[in-house]
Amino acid sequence: MTRLFISRDSTALSLGAEQVVTAFQQQAATSGKEIEIVRNGSRGLFWLEPLVEVETAAGRVAYGPVNPSDVGALLEAGILEGKEHPLYVGKIEELAYFKDQNRLTFARVGLTDPVNIDDYLAHDGYRGLHNALNLQAADIVKQVTDSGLRGRGGAAFPTGIKWNTVLNAPAEQKYIVCNADEGDSGTFSDRMIMEGDPFVLIEGMTIAGLAVGATQGYIYLRIEYPHAKIALNQAIEAAYARGYLGENIQNSGKTFHLEVRSGAGAYICGEETSLLESLEGKRGLVRFKPPLPAIVGLFGKPTIVNNVISLASVPIILDKGGEYYRDYGMGRSRGTLPIQIAGNIKHPGLFEAAFGISLREILYTYGGGSASGRPIRAVQVGGPLGAYVHEGQFDTPLDYEAFAAMQAVLGHGGIVVHDDTSNMADMARYAMEFCVEESCGKCTPCRIGSTRGVEVIDKIVNNIEKDKNTVLLKDLCNTMTFGSLCAMGGMTPFPVLSALNHFPEDFGLSKDKA
Amino acid sequence: MQDYQNQRATVLQILEEHQSMPGNLLPILHSIQDTLGYIHPSAIADIASALHQSKAEIHGVVTFYHYFRQTPPGKHTIRICRAESCQSMNSKGLEAHAKQTLGIDFHETTADGRFSLEPVYCLGNCACSPAITIDEEVHGRVSPEKFDQLIASKGAE
Repeated sequence: MTRLFISRDSTALSLGAEQVVTAFQQQAATSGKEIEIVRNGSRGLFWLEPLVEVETAAGRVAYGPVNPSDVGALLEAGILEGKEHPLYVGKIEELAYFKDQNRLTFARVGLTDPVNIDDYLAHDGYRGLHNALNLQAADIVKQVTDSGLRGRGGAAFPTGIKWNTVLNAPAEQKYIVCNADEGDSGTFSDRMIMEGDPFVLIEGMTIAGLAVGATQGYIYLRIEYPHAKIALNQAIEAAYARGYLGENIQNSGKTFHLEVRSGAGAYICGEETSLLESLEGKRGLVRFKPPLPAIVGLFGKPTIVNNVISLASVPIILDKGGEYYRDYGMGRSRGTLPIQIAGNIKHPGLFEAAFGISLREILYTYGGGSASGRPIRAVQVGGPLGAYVHEGQFDTPLDYEAFAAMQAVLGHGGIVVHDDTSNMADMARYAMEFCVEESCGKCTPCRIGSTRGVEVIDKIVNNIEKDKNTVLLKDLCNTMTFGSLCAMGGMTPFPVLSALNHFPEDFGLSKDKA
Repeated sequence: MQDYQNQRATVLQILEEHQSMPGNLLPILHSIQDTLGYIHPSAIADIASALHQSKAEIHGVVTFYHYFRQTPPGKHTIRICRAESCQSMNSKGLEAHAKQTLGIDFHETTADGRFSLEPVYCLGNCACSPAITIDEEVHGRVSPEKFDQLIASKGAE
């Protein structure tokens, strides 16, 4: 019996992984070879998907990208013994793209069977929870504070401070809410965790529950992630069956219940207060703050709302200690960031690295340049509300403060690459159009400003009172930045103004006019 | 559009099943759409009555979320990603090709009822742009040719 690993990750599936599985099953049966196929998460080297790994005497070796039509030749060549073939890529751990990463949060993703709890336990799973069960609530929070972990959803608010606020808010009922509404284009790290190692998120949420005295958790998952929902529910069921969720967790007397809830295609529900409204069964309208959700959150109770990656980073912090995690990174950006390399790039993937790595290294050393082979012109970092960054800024280290200093954001760590065929005035217009489409409509700068923004950009591009309208666009962006209720309207000016300032020629403007 | 009377028993049963769930409106709407394909406008009165809310409140929620629909979908729903990563890999070309091939615009269904076309803003498949889904299947690096093959395979079903 030879074990093969073929991913169940949706990107692998989108490239035909399921058909590769079927081909192996059929052709191995025909040739009388005994195989077992484990459906793992993805290693995150997406140009090699569908990737097939084989457990051999010499270790786990990989082949990719494998098409169903390659399977016959691979079996013929001796894939089950790890023999040579043009698709042979060797051990994933030895490829620079993988070896040079700091896989803390993603330690198990691609390695294990995501929904097999024994596999999770065999790979250091639930060690963090076991430690947490022996700590006082305040000491759990202290570990998270000491780690320097900041919200990985994009806002980068210190996680420990948020937890401490909820811990100190007196209430009969508190909630842990996981924001799994990963709507930013260019981001997929939440999805990869939920599909590739759902237990680490479940463990992180359970620890959060112990830390603040919350007994109920919800994962608010976007509807666009059906495979993540399946994996999460399978893992939750297994955790209940083995006493890691529910009443009396591991005979500790502690309780934590967990449920997945589906969103319904509204980008704004990634904003934490809009998300809470949606969970309560309402339109996803953004709430005024204060009160903070940590004091008045879900159903009016103190609530932790954390991103998937923030929560999934908690188990290793509780396992190895806050200091271990804090030792990675630079400045006030501690630990690691799962960077998502996407768009027009030769080697797209998930690259978890300590803060401090430069964009240039990501784009060229690991990303291999553009997929089209044309020059990289601009990259958008941090999703649709992130700034467009140009060539002259590529040496900036990935660090929250360094990005803020150049009027940009790291956000959720997504990087979308554009080559020189992208028109940046079109991208600026799209940013406003997206805001029209997704604004919740509660505040005027976002609701109306975005519509006026599309019109003004059209006028500039069509040479209608160009100078006057350029001034007007900047003024409008100022109003949206300072007058909007949340980041939707407040940050839409980031892509718009960065496109205008760095690429004025696309608007038909000279450098000094923009 | 089908008569709501044929759907009503199903809707009432879904309402019954979700009676005690906190924040149950979205789960109810999902359940109705998963079972019946869409949320019939006449269902709103029943939902409102079960949840002790006004019809306006329920209508407000149904129409706030892009995913919920109030008309029957085609046999297959195709969603084309319009977000930045897919744009960087020419999703606009794919979008134009899809609209022309199917002869419909976004939010429309082909005359033979086979395909509905919807925009979507990110499928999390940004490492293999441009991306689309057909029902719950995700497809990456979709060229116009690959799109035609996918449509042909679905059309033959």
